[in-house]
Amino acid sequence: MTGGLARLGRAALSFFERLGRGHLFLLQILAGVPGLLLRPRLVIQQLYSVGVLSLVIIVVSGLFVGMVLGLQGYNTLADFGAAESLGVMVALSLVRELGPVVTALLFGGRAGSALTAEIGLMKATEQLSGMEMMAVDPLRRVIAPRFAAGVIAMPLLAAIFSAIGVVGGYFVGVGLLGVDEGAFWSQMQARVDLYDDVMNGVIKSVAFGFVASWIAVYEGYDAVPTSEGVSRATTRTVVHTALAVLGLDFVLTALMFGE
Amino acid sequence: MIFDGVDIDIPRGKITAIMGPSGTGKTTLLRLIGGQLRPQAGRVLVDGQDVHALRRRELYDLRKRMGMLFQSGALLTDINVFDNVAFPLREHTRLSEVMIRDLVLMKLEAVGLRGARDMSPSELSGGMARRVALARAIALDPMMIMYDEPFTGLDPISKGAVVELIHKINEALGVTSIIVSHDVQETASISDYIYVLSGGKVVGQGAPQNLMNSDSEWVRQFMQGLPDGPVPFHYPAPDYAEDLLAGQG
Repeated sequence: MTGGLARLGRAALSFFERLGRGHLFLLQILAGVPGLLLRPRLVIQQLYSVGVLSLVIIVVSGLFVGMVLGLQGYNTLADFGAAESLGVMVALSLVRELGPVVTALLFGGRAGSALTAEIGLMKATEQLSGMEMMAVDPLRRVIAPRFAAGVIAMPLLAAIFSAIGVVGGYFVGVGLLGVDEGAFWSQMQARVDLYDDVMNGVIKSVAFGFVASWIAVYEGYDAVPTSEGVSRATTRTVVHTALAVLGLDFVLTALMFGE
Repeated sequence: MIFDGVDIDIPRGKITAIMGPSGTGKTTLLRLIGGQLRPQAGRVLVDGQDVHALRRRELYDLRKRMGMLFQSGALLTDINVFDNVAFPLREHTRLSEVMIRDLVLMKLEAVGLRGARDMSPSELSGGMARRVALARAIALDPMMIMYDEPFTGLDPISKGAVVELIHKINEALGVTSIIVSHDVQETASISDYIYVLSGGKVVGQGAPQNLMNSDSEWVRQFMQGLPDGPVPFHYPAPDYAEDLLAGQG
């Protein structure tokens, strides 16, 4: 009984210790971000590996999610004789919710895990330590550019996901199921609000990008420097990103759309 | 506690070796000198400066004058050999690319790997990686270089090359060299002075020849690589015969 309590206490303590270290780590990275303005090349290189290399999975997933939305939405809307509203439904679902959330989940799986593994391996092979001894701060040289690139890339990827998703919905709705093309687009244009819908979606995607990038670089930097440690850290990145994004999504949605 | 009452003096321009069995904290000692670890008590002075009393910026300035050769080489794996050696120059100087190219080629020539400049670290053998790392460590012309197990895991030819390089760099550049190692032969062949650590204490010190014939039985066992002695061959265990019989129920 006391043993169980002690274990619980230890687990709680180590959880909060990690949480605290994670926040200190975040402050240190943020302090290194302004310096990146002087060396934009560092961020651009990372934008390529974090952003451009994630494009394929984002585009393909966006297309399929949009197509599924088109199919599902048509069946439901047609029952109410509102099939012309398909464009609105697809666009709102994507822009408000699915775009940011699914992109963040994919981002965690594709870019986040890669960041964690890369940083963890750099730690395991003493590259980070070596930089320190060369008087180069790895937090500023390695971690901050990757974090910044993640925060910049995520909203852009989410926007691309939503745009491609709308095209997918259009293919299925208009091309396949015969929804009126004019109604599809004009209703979408009339009913999707720039501030309430698009901006809120963008805010979500920025928040998710921040959290996902933070988790990814922290897990990598905090990884136990062995192959097993790095593999665990990579798994943790994907799991924690998914949980954090979904939890945060609920909170943000309640704040933005809860009356 | 890892170290207790360790007092080591490293003279300028000489090769000083710190030896001892694995797990005695030799690498920890280098990390203390480089300011990557903080001691609970005691001081580390480098060039008259107390490493752990320095502010961050001062510590980083001091590190620019220290080179360190990691056991793994610690080369950056995403850039090639040339860029690895150029890394400290690009980070810390405002030299033109033309100048950097000359400097890098000079450093690479010194370690005999000018021809490998376009290779990626993953293509290098262990010995080559260590030589590239050495070229990188001397890129900023440091006043001292710390070598962490420079001979471990190398084939005889590479080992010979590294021994020769450490010796030559020490002589040609007049850098203070600290070698942490448990390879007695190689280390003793080039060191001016050796400290032997065990159990967190300095158990022996002196010029290599004197240590070979040390009064201390332990130091002799270590230096001559004898399998049995004060450090027993057998890990402590219950009596052998009783142990075997105990399994028969």
